[in-house]
Amino acid sequence: MYSYIPHTDEDRRRMLEAIGVSSLDELYDDVSPEVLLSESIPIAKSKSEDEVIRQVSAMAARNVRGVPFLGCGSYDHIVPATVQAIASLPAFVTAYTPYQAEISQGLLEAIFEFQTIVCELTGLDVANASLYDGATAAQEAAALMVADKRRSSEILVSPTIHPFTLQVLETWAKGTGRKIVLLPEKDGVCDLSRLAEMLQPQVAGVIVQSPNRYGFLEDYTGVADTVHAASSLFAISCDPLSLGMQKTPGEWGADIAIGDTQPLGIPCSFGGPSCGYMAVRQALMRKIPGRIVGQTVDLDGDRAFVLTLQAREQHIKRERATSNICSNQALAALMTTVHVSTLGWAGLKEASRQSYIKAHYLAYHLAQLPGVRLVWDAPFWCEFPLVFDDAKKMRKFIQELRNEGIFAGVRLSSLTRRERDDLMLIVAVTEKRTREELELYLAAARRVLK
Amino acid sequence: MSKVPAGLKYSKDHEWIRLEGDKAYVGITDHAQDALGEIVYVELPPVGEAYDADEEIANIESVKAASAIYNPAAGTVAEVNEALDGSPELINTDCYENYLYVLSGVSATALDGLMDASAYEEYLKTL
Amino acid sequence: MNEPLLIERSKAGRSSYQFPQLDLPRGFDVALPELPPTLRRSKEPRLPEVSELDVIRHFTRLSTMSFGVDSGCYPLGSCTMKYNPKVNEQLASLEDFTAMHPLQDVSTIQGCLSVMYNLLEDLSGITGMAWGTLQPCAGAHGEYTGLKIIRAWFEHHGDARRTRILVPESAHGTNPASAAVNGFTVTTIPADAEGLVDIDALQGLLDDTVAGVMLTNPNTLGLFEKHILAISEMVHAAGGLLYYDGANLNAIMGMCTPGDMGFDVVHLNLHKTFGTPHGGGGPGAGPVLVSRDLVPYLPKPDIKLVDSGYAFDWSSELSIGKVSGFWGNFLVLVRAYSYILRMGAEGIRAAAAHAVLNANYLLSRLKGTFSVPYGERCMHEFVVSLEDLKEKTGVSALDVAKALLDSGYHPPTMYFPLIVHEALMFEPTESESPETLDELADTLIELAGIAASDPQRLKQAPLTTPVRRVDEVAAAKNPILHA
Repeated sequence: MYSYIPHTDEDRRRMLEAIGVSSLDELYDDVSPEVLLSESIPIAKSKSEDEVIRQVSAMAARNVRGVPFLGCGSYDHIVPATVQAIASLPAFVTAYTPYQAEISQGLLEAIFEFQTIVCELTGLDVANASLYDGATAAQEAAALMVADKRRSSEILVSPTIHPFTLQVLETWAKGTGRKIVLLPEKDGVCDLSRLAEMLQPQVAGVIVQSPNRYGFLEDYTGVADTVHAASSLFAISCDPLSLGMQKTPGEWGADIAIGDTQPLGIPCSFGGPSCGYMAVRQALMRKIPGRIVGQTVDLDGDRAFVLTLQAREQHIKRERATSNICSNQALAALMTTVHVSTLGWAGLKEASRQSYIKAHYLAYHLAQLPGVRLVWDAPFWCEFPLVFDDAKKMRKFIQELRNEGIFAGVRLSSLTRRERDDLMLIVAVTEKRTREELELYLAAARRVLK
Repeated sequence: MSKVPAGLKYSKDHEWIRLEGDKAYVGITDHAQDALGEIVYVELPPVGEAYDADEEIANIESVKAASAIYNPAAGTVAEVNEALDGSPELINTDCYENYLYVLSGVSATALDGLMDASAYEEYLKTL
Repeated sequence: MNEPLLIERSKAGRSSYQFPQLDLPRGFDVALPELPPTLRRSKEPRLPEVSELDVIRHFTRLSTMSFGVDSGCYPLGSCTMKYNPKVNEQLASLEDFTAMHPLQDVSTIQGCLSVMYNLLEDLSGITGMAWGTLQPCAGAHGEYTGLKIIRAWFEHHGDARRTRILVPESAHGTNPASAAVNGFTVTTIPADAEGLVDIDALQGLLDDTVAGVMLTNPNTLGLFEKHILAISEMVHAAGGLLYYDGANLNAIMGMCTPGDMGFDVVHLNLHKTFGTPHGGGGPGAGPVLVSRDLVPYLPKPDIKLVDSGYAFDWSSELSIGKVSGFWGNFLVLVRAYSYILRMGAEGIRAAAAHAVLNANYLLSRLKGTFSVPYGERCMHEFVVSLEDLKEKTGVSALDVAKALLDSGYHPPTMYFPLIVHEALMFEPTESESPETLDELADTLIELAGIAASDPQRLKQAPLTTPVRRVDEVAAAKNPILHA
């Protein structure tokens, strides 16, 4: 008897007889004896369900929880109870990719609704069924750009995009003849004043991010025109909840919107699963990577949904494909769909606005304290950089707050591994942080910094 | 049997090309359209761009297949068949009437390496 | 049956989700600058405005119009749709995992890191490899990562001529696509008469431009590449590396290892082999395991066990860098880890043996009815061809697949691998009982009979599903991609 295997001794005997072999081992006749293992693989013996629950729960209990003022790409927002209820329904959880449209209408319709939400939030025309995460969405955007422009090889990237997104882009480019070229940075935002001259013929496109790695919102006035004049594409990465307030990629004239929907209904989960998204202008519809659901009709003329535009995909294009993605983050995309459907525009705007207000409240009061300062004066949304006068004080600050059960922020240098970022703490405040938590933070900060 | 009109030149990738003065019309063969099935989309090259021979220049998609079109002779795209934009199935209807694009600046010798109708018919038999 | 889109039920002002009242001290707004007008959103999005009950009913109805492993037998070849144990769901939803922020101080995430470290140890043991990474989020992402490692290895060794990857003609589409997106050119290896890699053809293709050879073993026809040691020797003698696509590891885990077969790089699909659910298309996880020489090239950061506990290690100079935003699909890793704990060494081996037993049993039941192009026996999956049936009756593989829907089964994989015409590829997995397999076989044999007597009936199928066959041409020609 083995876990999750229903066969009885009698079953095995009868089946082996029908096959015409005498033992399970005989089924492995094609595997040469030199390759067959003579002893067991080096992992532990089978455990009962209860023992596994105890062991894994004990591991989980070694984690330490705190009140997170941590962001940098993963945010602790309020999630309505509807999300987990729906995302646990077994027919959603245990389905494969909806290849068989007739028995997958529910899943297909839910993905269609996800695509609709992404289009509405970003102000663009076409969205896919999701990508792995925000960082790989940027990589897919870069790949799309290079594939779309003949003889192009370079991507201009903002130096203020998330450090891990930049690292993923660099991995992508390395050794393939493609090149990531950094734009200049000025006062905490991407400096686009020299963009026109940097847009050489080999440049396929430009990728920027707002809110950026520090939390600042960037101004892209005129950028789309400049990029398009050079026959290149313009992509903006943004936190979709920030679009409850800030100008959308569509309104900036971008061709591509990318990012991660984690702030919309997906718990931090130690970084994954989250859910990458991509939306594009109509003209790029047949270039967007990944699964796409379309509306059509069935034999009776009734509305039906189906995976479509598959000629773009790896299983058809094979070595001519420009993306290899097939599995995506469908269940996480469903969480976002349920989240946004529960909140509506009013709720989404409220979460966005409260995050903004609470972040500004904390920033304002921290700025009054000695030994720390806010830098640059670009507008920010729910996250801001707090700069310390010295490293020792910064460490003490983080430690003291942790003793109070507060995770004070993310040291930027832990992501960039750059000395110049050593004294910068990125502090994120969401609508979920209560007044008590904010006051606790400030009280502890005052004690350390007095 | 697929149709192979005389008077055209053919490539091994199943494109046809027809010279008219200094212009060359390019399309896909009956064999190619039949293999693709119902065509749902044709991606055509930008007018004014120069392409080498054998360079990937266009894409044709059906529901279950995607096929690259390799330019049969070096030249500059002078014109594309705009009608295919809304009605890609025209290629299924008549693939020799409905060209994909027109090249200019095609040299007289550029078609020398391509097959004539009888050679292409022979080639099809080997597939 | 048709469920309206939620946006079609929308009524202005009906959304009622309540956030806590903003509760800051009076005068807080002195700190609050307005967002400059140039940065403000002007156009409101059109989002559903519905009640909470509307939301729940809508998505609950949609779930009844979906089909998972929990709904019925799902013999989708190459996808290993085994049972997804519920205890794994329970453990992955522990708040001590879900609430963890990826950038917490290392002293506060020892639980997460211990799961990852121990899982990597177990996966290394199961594959016979030295060490690996858990960052890739899916199988194709693992392929991308593995091929990056191969490229980095050759670059470091000054062997930049190696720009080609060889893949068998029966390979999954992701293999050539992953090679292409990594900037490699792809050459196809033909199959021999038995459906295996044609050794002579392979020998002819191997030269000093070949970086690697990607194989799935057992291959996509469900056949074990029995010459694997010879292949491995040939590839290595030519200076290339051997890549293992783990899509079919379920057939052999615990019986033999990719490491012993001579593979240098392995990717796994935790959502296939290790029982994590596929979520309707993801999230999955595609760990990559490598041989000792390739360990320094793995993505950053590595996970190490040091005196103070588990830690991230960013030090490798040769690393290909990061491949995803944070550390991978962590909650999927928790599920796979608890699956492995539960199964243990003997259970892992038994799962493989029973997957192979089930496939062979189903094959033995079907081979009198459908033609089997390759092999009388198989590993964990097999391919039948309905070419004869189509010729005689006009009924295609698609028709039979659609008729299976009416009988409550998820159909097998259709029209893959490409080298078999009218292919149906069955992978019953170890989870199904012989009774279920008998019912499936009986149904298929009955459908073959109907194909002969009343082919029109199968061409009409399905009749009992929420919609009938859908117009895919219209969908692709005039795409409607959002409401």
